Amino acid sequence: MSAPTDRRYSDSHEWFKVDGDLVTVGISQYAADELTDITYVDLPVVGATIDAGAEIGEIESVKATSELITAVGGEIIEVNAALADTPEKVNEDAFESGWMLKIKTTDLAPLEKLKDATAYDAHCATN
Amino acid sequence: MPIPKVGLPIDEGLPLLFELGSPGAGAASIRRSDVPEIDRRRAIGAEFLADDAPDLPAVGELDLVRHYTRLSHRLFSVDGNFYPLGSCTMKYNPRVNETAAAMPGFADLHPYQDERDVQGILELLHRLRTDLEEISGLAEVTLQPSAGAAGEMTGLMIINAYHRSRGENRTKVLTPDSAHGTNPATCAVCGRSASTVKSRPDGRVDLDDLRAQVDENTAALMITNPNTVGVFDEQIAEIAKIVHAKGAELYLDGANMNALLGIARPGAFGVDVMHFNTHKTFSTPHGGGGPGAGPVGVAKHLKPFLPTPQVIRRDDGSFGWSDEREHSIGKVRSFYGQTGVLIRAYAYIRSIGSDGLLNVSRKAVLAANYLAARLKDRFDMPFPPPYAHEFIMVPRVAGTGVTELDIAKRLIDHGFHPPTMSWPIAHCLMIEPTETESLATLDAFADAMLAIADEIDAAPETVKTAPHTMPVKRMDEVTASRKPNVRWK
Repeated sequence: MSAPTDRRYSDSHEWFKVDGDLVTVGISQYAADELTDITYVDLPVVGATIDAGAEIGEIESVKATSELITAVGGEIIEVNAALADTPEKVNEDAFESGWMLKIKTTDLAPLEKLKDATAYDAHCATN
Repeated sequence: MPIPKVGLPIDEGLPLLFELGSPGAGAASIRRSDVPEIDRRRAIGAEFLADDAPDLPAVGELDLVRHYTRLSHRLFSVDGNFYPLGSCTMKYNPRVNETAAAMPGFADLHPYQDERDVQGILELLHRLRTDLEEISGLAEVTLQPSAGAAGEMTGLMIINAYHRSRGENRTKVLTPDSAHGTNPATCAVCGRSASTVKSRPDGRVDLDDLRAQVDENTAALMITNPNTVGVFDEQIAEIAKIVHAKGAELYLDGANMNALLGIARPGAFGVDVMHFNTHKTFSTPHGGGGPGAGPVGVAKHLKPFLPTPQVIRRDDGSFGWSDEREHSIGKVRSFYGQTGVLIRAYAYIRSIGSDGLLNVSRKAVLAANYLAARLKDRFDMPFPPPYAHEFIMVPRVAGTGVTELDIAKRLIDHGFHPPTMSWPIAHCLMIEPTETESLATLDAFADAMLAIADEIDAAPETVKTAPHTMPVKRMDEVTASRKPNVRWK
């Protein structure tokens, strides 16, 4: 499945979708497929302030535990509460209903260094 | 309650102990006490007494014995089958180890006995310490840490104490991406941040990246050599030089010592601290996560920081404990350490001797390279040979839908324990045969892997639905993780 073109992608398989100063963060479908069935998503508390590059969550599957790393800093405005009871949403639709959190940021510059959908798909193909 | 089955065909599921109980049965009889009974309500307080007796099953002794015997028959162990679990060194544990550990002079001791009455165990511990110092080429070994991970923590605490003694507080620890998985965790536990050093395509450390990252804030590089992709990094002396040039220490994770015994001494290639995993290298039981022992060796300049007490030989030839240590990090384990495990490690080392140890590593390396050579035409080998004591391969499954997990499950049907999977690179299998397997066993395993490789192309469904011979097939791991139910009822 091709990655949507409306967002940016990190090498560690997070996606970042910008809406004004609000950035929605999730993991790619490729990452979700590689992890296999996700059993638990550990997300930060709403209101927390985080730095760009920080590890802000953990994603557990039957196969592995993986870190969630944010490319942008700011304040956590919202987390996807539905993932607490239905982490399988990440496997089912990592790009939409499997979103993880929303960050209010004052600095979108780090996203410029990330990959667009085409470059990200190429990155996955070589893995 | 389900009706308990009594005469069980061996391939059927076993009832739980709770399902076997019947009122009035039991395996214990308690004699009438010769101490007068007291009134529990008065002694404890009526409000603290439970209303009902605990709902424990009453099972007769024979049924109890059969229950556990049947369970034991289902155990998969290296005593029964080949267990090529990469990174874990599942070698045979010689019976002589058990004989030694069960000797009354060891087994019946109490840690509070006077030193004069326990000279035997003290001498054994001192000899083991000395043997490990010789094997590692390091100045002094402590036997205290009670597992490999505890050894790592001890080692890093020693390194931190050393830097502090020089007025430095170095907060960064480097680990190659081929490092053992516990290393970054140890850094976190010891309040240090872990940074990853890149590897080259052939699995060796990228020296340029190491040079770029090691600095005056670096406490140590924690390296596993041979590393987790199964290759020995011949640059290790150069790596040590780069690390030492910035005043940092070189920590060796001894997880893969099974490839080095008698061949290379870590102290000679620049290591400052290392831990041993006795359950891997020295044939002590893997247990169910314990008990373990993770002795730590250090170079001369770190001796003042070792844990106390240390087992010593006094001038008069007697053995005892010494608390004298200038900058000791203190005690990391109660009493004598994991003595039962240490006795087994000593029995192993002494029963095979130095020639035997050399032979262990030579055979372990030979066995791994033999298997790799037999499998290389049907599996992808992401790292070039020669390998140390283990290797990684990636199955060719494109277009079949078969995963490495399916292959692992299919191996069970052939009577082999699955290898380590999906780590340290995606979709891989990590195979470590150890030195204790015969050529016939290695060939049988290679034949099974090649048969599965054929099956992936010819009958992928058979692989995907494996195992076919076990009483329980695929477990629903997803539901077990998402909605765990840990109660019987």
